[in-house]
Amino acid sequence: MNEAATPLQRLFRVLVTVGPGALWLFLFVLLPTLLVLLASFMSRGPYGELQGPLTLKNYLRLLEPPYLEAFAQSLWVGSLATLLSALLGYPLAFYIARHPRRDLLLFLLLLPFLTNFLIRVYAWLVLLQKEGLVNAFLQAFGLGPLSLYPSFLAVLLATVYTFLPFFVLPVYASVERIDWQLLEAAYDLGARPFRAFLHAVLPQTYPGLFAGSVLVFIPAMGTFVVADLLGAGRVVLIGNLIQQQFGVSRDWAFGAALSVFLMGFVLLSLYLYARLQGERGLEDLV
Amino acid sequence: MRRLLSFHALLVYLFLYLPILVIVALSFNESRRGVHFTGFTLKWYQGLFQDPRVLEYFLNTLTVALVSTLVSTVLGTLLALGLVRYRFPGKGFLRYLLYVPVVMPDVVMGISLLLLFAFSRELLGFPRLSLLTVILGHITFQVAFVTLVVRSRLLLLDPALEEAARDLGARGFQTFFHVTLPLAWPGVAAGALLALTLSLDDFVVTFFTAGPGATTLPLYIYSSVKLGVSPKVHALSTLIIGLSAFFLALGYALTRRKV
Repeated sequence: MNEAATPLQRLFRVLVTVGPGALWLFLFVLLPTLLVLLASFMSRGPYGELQGPLTLKNYLRLLEPPYLEAFAQSLWVGSLATLLSALLGYPLAFYIARHPRRDLLLFLLLLPFLTNFLIRVYAWLVLLQKEGLVNAFLQAFGLGPLSLYPSFLAVLLATVYTFLPFFVLPVYASVERIDWQLLEAAYDLGARPFRAFLHAVLPQTYPGLFAGSVLVFIPAMGTFVVADLLGAGRVVLIGNLIQQQFGVSRDWAFGAALSVFLMGFVLLSLYLYARLQGERGLEDLV
Repeated sequence: MRRLLSFHALLVYLFLYLPILVIVALSFNESRRGVHFTGFTLKWYQGLFQDPRVLEYFLNTLTVALVSTLVSTVLGTLLALGLVRYRFPGKGFLRYLLYVPVVMPDVVMGISLLLLFAFSRELLGFPRLSLLTVILGHITFQVAFVTLVVRSRLLLLDPALEEAARDLGARGFQTFFHVTLPLAWPGVAAGALLALTLSLDDFVVTFFTAGPGATTLPLYIYSSVKLGVSPKVHALSTLIIGLSAFFLALGYALTRRKV
């Protein structure tokens, strides 16, 4: 680009711009990731410290029933949260995109999302507690009080609540790009509304739909705070297991193995997503 | 069909706002528990302001957010610039590395940094878990986001503008400060704002990297909430909600004016 620069000058420019950031990423992203990998092959010492020799037993332990169950529950929460987000978010994206004041509606969508994550989760604890609003409402109809907290339902609701904008925004971006002439063409060819939607509109929103699903599924199955606060021990996800190993159980080696497993699963989801969407899709995610 | 869609949207917005409104309402409620409004009070706010610990946690949160945002914005902007402008060995790998903090579940990020600090303490004797380790952790996820935001802005710029500056005799630093940076400024500002928001919102990475004396507001809320519902947390939450609403509205107003 600039022919005047000598190789030395070019090296200097790269070092000044890329150098600090690259060094940071090596020190605080690459190195810790490698340490997690290393720790996952070590074992727990008598005082909870990491010690050698290297072993595979942490990974074998992942196959024991309680851990498989936590994995299944994570998948279940992730899938249900994604499905519910789609039911709530997909039509909403259309409503927003075709509304004259969509700026304002997007702003209103993001506003609760930008209040602290913990507060958003806590709000559900307040709503669903025994003396909470939901139970007061149910009792007005002669129902309950139901014990809604702690429960799987509470975890699911708060998860959807927390990650819903992640679903709506990419779908909204797809809806904005829809070529509505295709729909008119479908109508002209005699298609009924449902068929017209299915063939002329839905496929155009696939990129947003896939991106939204990945963006909800990954954090939903990776989080531990929601299950910790609203499941209170009844809902145990992989994230909760990891937190336990680095907290009360103090078995860092096993916690590291669980983390490698979770990370592997995330990468697998992203790989499948990239296969579906092409390389460009990954950049669109961010 | 249209009305059905409107009704659906109304329900979703209700779902989004009901929990927050309940917290705000309860923060002014006389009664300690339950949803029955027994009278208006400001006593929970008073209790909050009289608690010196809350002020300390607030200052900790602010320190972490400002320092980490400053560092990550500088690092991220430079990195984005280098990635867009130059070719160098390992560039592809670096770009992959950039996505790791974005896609990695925050628990894994938290424990990986905890392991790093533990290994480093074993071998080098530092750092102890403190406000510093929290800041290091925050910068780590912020850098990735800032870089990606600034890079997408830089990619939109016309390289001819920089060439013109050089043809007119500007040196590297002059070009950077008088041409590139002003043009990239919206991206840099957006990146910094995102970094600030992420830092203020973060609980998980802080949870794993904080030591004694490094309690932030999210950590305080978490430990209070673990003990059950507390009106003081309602009051604190309401203040935080109010502040974020104010800043978001400000940002919204500013971006609208520009367009």
